[in-house]
Amino acid sequence: MHNLTIAELIKGLQKKEFSSVELTQHFLERIRQINDQFNAVITVTAVQALKAAALADEQLAQGKAHPMCGIPLLHKDIFCTSDVRTSCGSKMLDNFVPPYNATVVENFEQAGAVMLGKTNMDEFAMGSSNETSFYGPVKNPWATDSVPGGSSGGSAAAIAARLAPGATATDTGGSIRQPAALCGISGLKPTYGRVSRWGMIAFASSLDQAGPMARTAEDCAILLNCMASFDEKDSTSVEKDVPDYSASLRDSIKGLKIGIPKEYFSEGLHPGTKDAVRTALAQLESEGAELVDISLPNSSLSVPAYYVIAPAEASANLSRFDGVKYGYRCENPKDLQDLYCRTRSEGFGEEVQRRILIGTYCLSAGYYDAYYGKAQQVRQLIQQDFSEAFKSVDLIMGPTCPSPAFKFGAKGDDPVAMYLEDIYTIATNLAGLPGMSVPCGMVEGKPVGLQIIGNYFDESRILNAAHQFQQITDWHTQAPEGL
Amino acid sequence: MNWETVIGLEIHVQLATKTKIFSGASTSFGAEPNSQACAVDLAMPGTLPVLNKQAVHYAVMFGLAIDAEIEQESVFERKNYFYPDLPKGYQTTQLEKPVVGRGSVVIQLEDGTNKAIRIHHAHLEEDAGKSTHEGDLPHGVSGVDLNRAGTPLIEIVSEPDMRSAEEAVAFAKKLHSIVTSIGICDGEMSQGSMRFDVNVSVRPTGSSTLGTRTETKNLNSFKFMEEAIEREVERQIDLIEDGGTVIQETRLYNGDTKVAKSMRSKEEANDYRYFPCPDLLPVIVTDETIEELRRSLPELPDARVERFIHEYSLSAYDANILASDSTMSVFFESSTAHSDNPKLTANWMIGELTARLNNENLTFINSPVSAEQLAGLVARVADNSISNKMAKQVFDAIWQGEGSADEIIEIKGLKQVSDSGALEKIVNDVLEANPAMVEDFVNSDEGKRKKKLGGFMGQIMKASKGQANPQQVNQILLKKLNELL
Repeated sequence: MHNLTIAELIKGLQKKEFSSVELTQHFLERIRQINDQFNAVITVTAVQALKAAALADEQLAQGKAHPMCGIPLLHKDIFCTSDVRTSCGSKMLDNFVPPYNATVVENFEQAGAVMLGKTNMDEFAMGSSNETSFYGPVKNPWATDSVPGGSSGGSAAAIAARLAPGATATDTGGSIRQPAALCGISGLKPTYGRVSRWGMIAFASSLDQAGPMARTAEDCAILLNCMASFDEKDSTSVEKDVPDYSASLRDSIKGLKIGIPKEYFSEGLHPGTKDAVRTALAQLESEGAELVDISLPNSSLSVPAYYVIAPAEASANLSRFDGVKYGYRCENPKDLQDLYCRTRSEGFGEEVQRRILIGTYCLSAGYYDAYYGKAQQVRQLIQQDFSEAFKSVDLIMGPTCPSPAFKFGAKGDDPVAMYLEDIYTIATNLAGLPGMSVPCGMVEGKPVGLQIIGNYFDESRILNAAHQFQQITDWHTQAPEGL
Repeated sequence: MNWETVIGLEIHVQLATKTKIFSGASTSFGAEPNSQACAVDLAMPGTLPVLNKQAVHYAVMFGLAIDAEIEQESVFERKNYFYPDLPKGYQTTQLEKPVVGRGSVVIQLEDGTNKAIRIHHAHLEEDAGKSTHEGDLPHGVSGVDLNRAGTPLIEIVSEPDMRSAEEAVAFAKKLHSIVTSIGICDGEMSQGSMRFDVNVSVRPTGSSTLGTRTETKNLNSFKFMEEAIEREVERQIDLIEDGGTVIQETRLYNGDTKVAKSMRSKEEANDYRYFPCPDLLPVIVTDETIEELRRSLPELPDARVERFIHEYSLSAYDANILASDSTMSVFFESSTAHSDNPKLTANWMIGELTARLNNENLTFINSPVSAEQLAGLVARVADNSISNKMAKQVFDAIWQGEGSADEIIEIKGLKQVSDSGALEKIVNDVLEANPAMVEDFVNSDEGKRKKKLGGFMGQIMKASKGQANPQQVNQILLKKLNELL
């Protein structure tokens, strides 16, 4: 059952080949047996899950259930879940139990989907390897000595290990696409504003976007149908009808114009990754797509701009974790200053503290214009690069990340090397564009991801191309050995 | 040396919206601590602000009332600092692009001339919560009440155009009058609905450069503001004349102990690291909205003063007092509608009623004597049913909740006796009962007789239990006594 896609599980449930309770029990058992090998799931909600599954079975029996009804899922531990600990991968929130659901969680709950538990992640979504989690690193199911990517490494690894057929994730600079690539699964970061941020613990508010992870593009479409909504509680949510993302999956890609940015194939790209991506592009070309060489001239500025804007926003977003209202509080503070200093020094990990300090510095009097002001200008230039490109192409494709999964500790001492992991993904967050990663090859036994970037609210076209690619390839069906 | 005082004000005005500026929690005053703070106000993880449109409309209405530029696109920013009553660790406010731009407010000076005080801008922001360090809390424990956190404010920033404490108070009162008249603030100073920060500096008279200023924060009454300014001016002049220099600092003034002290100097000031709030979109106010709000704007205090002078034939002095205060003007108009006697109503309101309300810390909103009840009293005074002295008695009874003027007059038998037959009888009785007094009167010379009249009047009023119409008694008495001469 764990090798079935969500689309197949939906059919199975509707045809009563199995019940949601059986399905849920199966995945819970699988998590119980093998999660320890990967550390992908940090909270299992077995009791609630079985209750929800039983309810889903009743609704399925009545025959008017939502397609997602009875489908087991995992939520990244960045989404607030009512009465279930929501840690954001941090000691700071190790004891935090929200009294409310994130809108994303609520949407799935309303549809009758079954939450199996919460997935591990880099602390406050700050990381590209899942090594910054308070709960320990997640291991890549393809090579357990290697990282799964981050920050949504728990969700990606869980899907690769068949602990769940789908999961929610978030992407601020590549946190859906990079772990999806490294774990050989499919993951989509929608247009900024497409999915509500309410109840999703903020890292960098102007960049954060939730999206689905699953094994196939078709499943991502099904999940996005449920996730995407206009939400009055999120002022940056866009009031725009949600199309049926499944409807256009089967459209032909004949004549589709795919832009290939030369900047995405320059130095630093692993030759194996480069070959795999080139091969994938050639396969799409053989299906009738047209490859167009393009340039995104300001690409090299995206990482520096991102590492000003994201920490700046984070430095303010994380001020609320002060030991006063909820979460971690240091022992016996001697005064207010001591309460703040020790709570935040003890409660936050090193990477989070580093980014708070960077952000605080960038916003400080005398530095604002040179850093934050300049970064915002760069952001505009990057947006312009993309709008210029989308005048002549329908989609932009390239590698998701520079190389396959690296070993634990390989980049731990060098923050900048770690930051360069997101060199191809960050620009879409700065521009607010949708982007996806789908598996497109293997290098040294580890998966490689193809990145597909679309114009604003053009998720349907991305999913269509991804699905068509998966009709002519089988990378997405491959499983790590023994799983 | 002669010194000139330079004063600029920053005024925080709580907007009278039902809910908070970024959440659906109630803004009402006086609830149990933390009972009106929702997940957004508590800055729970993952929560997001949604702007209350009414707050924006109120800010725009203020802008229109002071003839200011309205920014069609204003931006919220985050002002970062740590404090336990600031749940997010930043205050959401406006800095670079405030909703209300330059405007001006005209105040009337004591000599009757007008002076325009320029407004630099007014911006929207959220209020913080309250920290408490005493009361029922155990020693060493501080409490935080977040009921107020997120209450919408406009902060009005004036130019340094005021030259004395009196001007500053006149300006503050004028703003109070404007915001309450257009209904965007309840004006309850004791509840913190309006709070003043005063920037004060001094310079030698004739100098064109500004002296170093200090800011005294969070004054919540006109009286405290006046005291704080006067003391600060004195302190600065003394300091300079003694060879010292004023340092730029933030100060606090305790109105109860009359003590001012330094809170922090410029060097200790926070770097607030403002940046645009990514959770909120720029606030767009369309021409249509501005025009709609302009049309819906209630009468402004200046226009109302003019109207009171013309419509009710009030003196400029009375009209100014009654029309400047929105609750007073509503009370006045409603009372006058019943009594149809504006002058007498104005006298009673400005005199007796205001004095009593002030004494008991009440306002025209919660006045024990209603506008209708005052009208009933005024009507009886106007038609001479009761004397002024009796009217005070009736007023007291109405204040105590004993009923309407007519009911009280009836029950207490306070009706003035104006029946000349009855009055003649009382006068005759008194004269007959006091032959010695009558003889004394007759034998006195003309000059002393007038004085002796008072003795008879006292006896007569006593005999009538105070109900005799004094003017009539006076006439009858004079006539009778003259007959005896």
